[in-house]
Amino acid sequence: MTENKAAPSNGSILVVGGGISGLTTALEAAEVGYEVFLVEKNPYLGGRVAQLNKYFPKLCPPSCGLEINFRRIKDNPKISVFTQAEVEKVEGAPGSYEVAVKLSPRYVNENCTCCGDCEAACNTEISSDFNFGMNKIKGAYLPFEMAFPARYVISPQIIGTEDAQKCKEACNYDAVDLDMEAESMNLQVGAIVWATGWEPYDATKIDNLGFGQYPNVITNMMMERLASPNGPTKGKITRPSDAKEPESIAFVQCAGSRDENYLPYCSYICCMASLKQATYIREAYPDAKVYIFYIDIRSPGQRYEKFYQTIKEDENVFLIKGKVAEVSEDPGTGNITVVAENAVTGEKIKQTVEMAVLATGMQPTTATDKLPSDLKYNEDGFIINDFEKGGMFAAGCANKPADVVSSNQNATGMALKAIQTLVKR
Amino acid sequence: MDKKYGVYICTGCGIGDALEMEELCGVPEEEGLPVKTHPFLCGKEGVELIKKDIADDGINTLVIAACSPRVNFDVFKFDGCIVDRVNLREQVVWSHPRSEYPRLTEEQKDDEEHFDSLQMLAEDYLKMGMAKVEKIDLPEPYKLETLSKKIMVIGGGITGISAALDAAKAGYDVTIVEKESSIGGYAAKIRKQLPIQDPYEALIPPVIEAKIKELESYDNISVKTDTVVARLAGEPGDFTVTLKKPGEKIEFDVPFPLPEEMKFDENGKELDVEDQHKRYLEYNEGKVDILQFDPNGEKFGAVVLAAGWRPFEPEGDELEHLGYGALPDVVTNHKFEEMAAQGKIVTSDGKEAKSVVFVQSPGKGDDDADFDYCGSVTSLVSLKQAKYVREDYDDGKAYIFYQHMRTPGLLENFYKSIQQDEGIFLTKGEVISVSKNGDGMIVEADNTLLGEKVKVKADMVVLATGMVPATVDDPVVNMAYRQGPAFRDIALFDGFCDSNYICFPYETQRTGIYAAGAVRRSMTMEESIEDATGAALKAIQCIESVNRGVAVHPRSGDMTFPDFFFQRCTQCKRCTDECPFGALDDDEKGTPKPNPARCRRCGTCMGACPERIIGFADYNIDSIGSMVKIIGVPSEDDYDEPPLRILGLVCENDAYPALDIAGLNRLTYSADVRFIPVRCLGSMNVIWIKDAMAQGMDGAFLLGCKHGDDYQCHFIKGSELSDVRIQKIGDALSSLALEEERVAQFQVAIDEYDKLPQMINDFVEIVEGLGPNPFKGF
Repeated sequence: MTENKAAPSNGSILVVGGGISGLTTALEAAEVGYEVFLVEKNPYLGGRVAQLNKYFPKLCPPSCGLEINFRRIKDNPKISVFTQAEVEKVEGAPGSYEVAVKLSPRYVNENCTCCGDCEAACNTEISSDFNFGMNKIKGAYLPFEMAFPARYVISPQIIGTEDAQKCKEACNYDAVDLDMEAESMNLQVGAIVWATGWEPYDATKIDNLGFGQYPNVITNMMMERLASPNGPTKGKITRPSDAKEPESIAFVQCAGSRDENYLPYCSYICCMASLKQATYIREAYPDAKVYIFYIDIRSPGQRYEKFYQTIKEDENVFLIKGKVAEVSEDPGTGNITVVAENAVTGEKIKQTVEMAVLATGMQPTTATDKLPSDLKYNEDGFIINDFEKGGMFAAGCANKPADVVSSNQNATGMALKAIQTLVKR
Repeated sequence: MDKKYGVYICTGCGIGDALEMEELCGVPEEEGLPVKTHPFLCGKEGVELIKKDIADDGINTLVIAACSPRVNFDVFKFDGCIVDRVNLREQVVWSHPRSEYPRLTEEQKDDEEHFDSLQMLAEDYLKMGMAKVEKIDLPEPYKLETLSKKIMVIGGGITGISAALDAAKAGYDVTIVEKESSIGGYAAKIRKQLPIQDPYEALIPPVIEAKIKELESYDNISVKTDTVVARLAGEPGDFTVTLKKPGEKIEFDVPFPLPEEMKFDENGKELDVEDQHKRYLEYNEGKVDILQFDPNGEKFGAVVLAAGWRPFEPEGDELEHLGYGALPDVVTNHKFEEMAAQGKIVTSDGKEAKSVVFVQSPGKGDDDADFDYCGSVTSLVSLKQAKYVREDYDDGKAYIFYQHMRTPGLLENFYKSIQQDEGIFLTKGEVISVSKNGDGMIVEADNTLLGEKVKVKADMVVLATGMVPATVDDPVVNMAYRQGPAFRDIALFDGFCDSNYICFPYETQRTGIYAAGAVRRSMTMEESIEDATGAALKAIQCIESVNRGVAVHPRSGDMTFPDFFFQRCTQCKRCTDECPFGALDDDEKGTPKPNPARCRRCGTCMGACPERIIGFADYNIDSIGSMVKIIGVPSEDDYDEPPLRILGLVCENDAYPALDIAGLNRLTYSADVRFIPVRCLGSMNVIWIKDAMAQGMDGAFLLGCKHGDDYQCHFIKGSELSDVRIQKIGDALSSLALEEERVAQFQVAIDEYDKLPQMINDFVEIVEGLGPNPFKGF
C-alpha cells in the first residue's frame, strides 16, 4: 500500500553530453524511473574526466567512478546511449520537444568484439586527439581501454584508403562496415539537459607564454595525459623535446584565466589541479623541484585547504605569488625560463626549469559553438539557466566553471529540474 | 525454480585457437549438461542459438563461457534466466598466450611430468561457473508493506526551503521541520546577499522572502516550526519519526550506544552481553529502545538534512593578536552581518564606523590558511561586507587583508566589481596585530602588496570566521539505529556531513538521508540552493527505488538483499557492528533485525558472519564456496611436480575490471591463480580461504580497493574490514602449521592494471618459496 499518490509520470529526458555531468544527470533521472536518451559527440562516454589521471584532493583515479557509472548504464534499461551523436535541431516547448540528432558513422557495428584485429591490420597512424596530439594511434582504434561503449572506431581519415579495406578484411566478425553513412534520428522528449562541457583554453592564444613555440611548455591537460598509465608515455612524465625526466618543473597559474585579454573569469579548478600535478612529479621524481607561480591559491573549503597545506609543506615545492609575464627557451638545452614579478617583494624572479606547465582554464564548448536551440548565454559563452521558463537546463561546466564535485551536485539537481518539467505536463 | 542447464562456449576472439575445445566441452558433458560451441556467440546467430534453446528446451540456467561480463552485458541478458559469464577471453586466453603456455605434444599428454596450464585454467573456470549457477537463484525484490513517499526536510533555511520546493514541484509531499520559531534561517537575517546569477556583479536583496512566499503557495508542503527530530526509526520508505519541541525530554528521545569505556568492568574486563545491556539501559534511562516504534510517529520515505550551520566563535586567546575578545570593536563577520542587517554600521559606543578592516586569514608567518570552517563563501562575504561600509558612508573606507582571495568561477566578476570601488582597498597581507589607538584601533599588516609593513586606522575590525556545521554539535537526524544516532565517520570532514566520493557527492553511510547546504560544506546561497535540488532528487530516487524493491547506489537496481537464517545466529553482533550503512539493529539478545531498505547490498554482513547464516539469492557462502571447492588441485599423485593452486578473491568494482584491462593489453601473469569476483572485499568470508587451504590450495590473496582516509572502497570499509579478517586468519593458519605468508591482501586501484601482473607473480613466487601446501592430496 502506498500512502501518497506521487509517482513518476510519463515523458522522457534528453541529456546532451556524456561527460561526468551528463552521465550524472542521465543516471540520476533514470534511477528515479524516467526514460533518458544520452547523446555524446565523441565515440565514447566520459568526456574530460576520462582524460584525467587522478582527481583532487583524494588522488583517486576517475576511471573508478566512470566504471561504476558505466555499470549503472548497463544495468538500467531506461537509458539509451548514442555516441558520435550531435543535436542538429530542437523544436517545441517545455514538456514537448522534437529533437533532430545526427549520428556520424563509426564504421564499426555492434558485431565488434574488441579483439583488436583491425588495429593490428591497419598501418596508417593518426594523431591522437585524446592525448592532445602527443602520440600517434592506428586509424582503427579503441578510444581507451575502459571505453564505453567498448567498441572500435575507424577514423574517417582512413576511409577510402587501402588501409580501411585491410581493417575490413582483418575482421572475423563482419564488424567493419565501410559503407556506413551518417544517419539522422528524431527524438520526442519532455525536457533537455545540456551538459556540453568545456574545452581547455587554446594556449596558443596566450602569446607571451610560449605554448606552441617551445616544445617543453605544455598544458595542464597534457600533463594529465602524460601522467596517466594509459597515456602517450604510459604514465612516465618526460619532457616532449628529448624525453628527459624533468628535474625541475614550473606551473604557470591563471594561464589565460582571470585575464581580460583571454578568459575574464576564474576557471575554478586550475589551482587544485596544479597542486595535484605537483604530487605526480614528486612521486615520480623524488628530487625534482616544483615551482608554482600564482595570483591566489584558490583551494577553498576544509578539504581543499588541507590538501594545499600538505603540498605547501613539501620542501621541494616552491609557491611564488606572482603572475608570469614572460616565458623563454634556451634553444641549446630546451630549458624554459619563466619570468614573474613577485607580488609581495616586488622583485623580478627568473626561474629556469626543464619543463613548464600552463594551468590553462576552461572555456565552455558553447563559447565557440552555439547550440541549435533557444538558449541564453552569458558574455563568456556559458549557458544561463532560465528556471522560470523551464524545459531546458544547462548542467555542469556548460553553466559555469566548476570542479567535479560541484558539477555532479549541479547535474544531480538538473535531473530533478527536468523531471519537474515532465510532471507539470 | 526447476533449473535446466545449458553451457555455451564461444570459440571466437582467440578462445578456440588457444584451447582444446573438445576437452573443454567434456567438462559439462561429464556432468550431463548440454554444451554448445559457437565461433561468434555474441553475434546474431550465436544469440539466436541460445534463445532457441531457452524457448524450445526450457533452458533457464546458463553458463556462457566467452568474454568478460563487463562486455556484451546487453547481449547475454535473458529474462527469467540465471546467467553466469565465464571469462575465458580477458582472464584466460588474452592474458596467457600459447607462446608462454605451450600446448602439450602427443607424447607429453599422458606422462606425469607435463600439464597444460592454460587448459587447466579454462576448465577450472568453466567448472566454477557451473558450480555457481547450481547454487544461486533469481532474486525477488524486497517490498515494504507500507510505503510513504513523503519527504522530511530538516531545517527551514535557504537550503531546506529550496529542497522542499523542488520536491514539491515534482509532486511529492514535504514536511519542513525547523527548530526556530520561524523559517528562513540565516538567509532571513542578512542585509544583502551575494549575486546568484549572471552577471554576478552586484549584491542583491535577500531572495529568502520570495522563496517563503512561493512555499506558501504549495499545499503539499507543511512547515513545523519550534520542532526538532527526537528520533527517526525504521528504514527508507517507512521511517517513523517522532518530533518534539526543542529542549523537551520525551521517552522517544533517541538512545545513544553505550560508550566504549562503559563496556568494561573496573578491572578492564569486557562485560558480557547481558551486563552490557543492563548498563545500556541505565545509560539511556527514560528512553524506549530503538526497536520500539512510536505509535504516534509520523511516516516519511526519505530525509533531506539541511540543518545548516552556526557561526564559528573563536575561543580562548587563539586570536589574541587580532584583539578578539579584548577589543569590543573586533567582531566576527557574523556579528557584523547582524549589525548591518539592523541598520547603519556603528561601533560599540555608537560612533559611525567609517574605517573597517576585514581580516581574511588569522595566521602569521608561514600560516596562510583561512579561519577554520571557511570556504570561498567567507572570502566573498568579506567583499560583500566591505560594500556595506561604502553603502553606509560616502567617505567610508574598507580594507581587506587576505592571503588568498577565493572567488572562484564566475564570482570573479563580483571580485572585479568590488575592485572598481575606490573606497575599498584590497591587499594580500598577514595581519600581525590589532591594537587600541585612542578611540579607534590600529591594524598592522606585514608582507603586503603595498610594500613592507602597513598600518591602518580602523573603527572596526571584522574577522572572516567560518561556518560550523550543525552536525558538529548534535546528531540532528537522531537515527534510532543500533550504530548510533549520528552520521558515521564525519570527523573525516571535520564534522561536515559530506560524502567522501568525488564522483558521488550525495553518497553517505546512511541510506535515504541526504545532506545539503552548509551542513556539508561552507557554501554560498547560490551553491546551497543548487545542492538542495540535488539532495531532493536523491531523496525522491531513494523512495522510488524502495518502491520498486531495488537497491540504491552503488548497486542501484539490485533486487537482492541479505537473507538471515536466524536459527543458527549466535548473537555475536558482528554484522550489526560492521555494516557500513548501519542497516542492522540487534535486539537485547544481539539478534540482528535487518532493514533491507537501508542496505546497499555490499555483503559485509555476510563476510563478517562466523556462522555463515547470511546470504543473497545470487551471491552467498555456498555459491562462492562451491566455486572454491571445485577448483582442481593437482597433487603428486597426478604429477611429479604438481603446479601450485592459488585463490584470488577480487573486488568486482575495481580489481576485476583492472584484470580485464590487463588482459586487453595482453599483459600476462601466472596461470596458477584462480580468480573469483566478490561484490566487495567486505563480503569476503574467511571460510572461503580456509576451504581453499583445507583442500590443498597453496595460497590465497585478495585484491581490493585502497583504504585509509581517502578510501576508494565503494562500500566505505570493505577492503579495510577484510584486511583485518585476513590478519586474524594468519593466526589460524599458524595453528595448522601453515605459514601466514600464504594469505595476503593487496590494494589496487582500477587504473593500476599495469602493476597487477607483477603483484600476482610476486605473490606466486612467495608461495613457491614456501613450497606446496602439506595438506595437498589429503
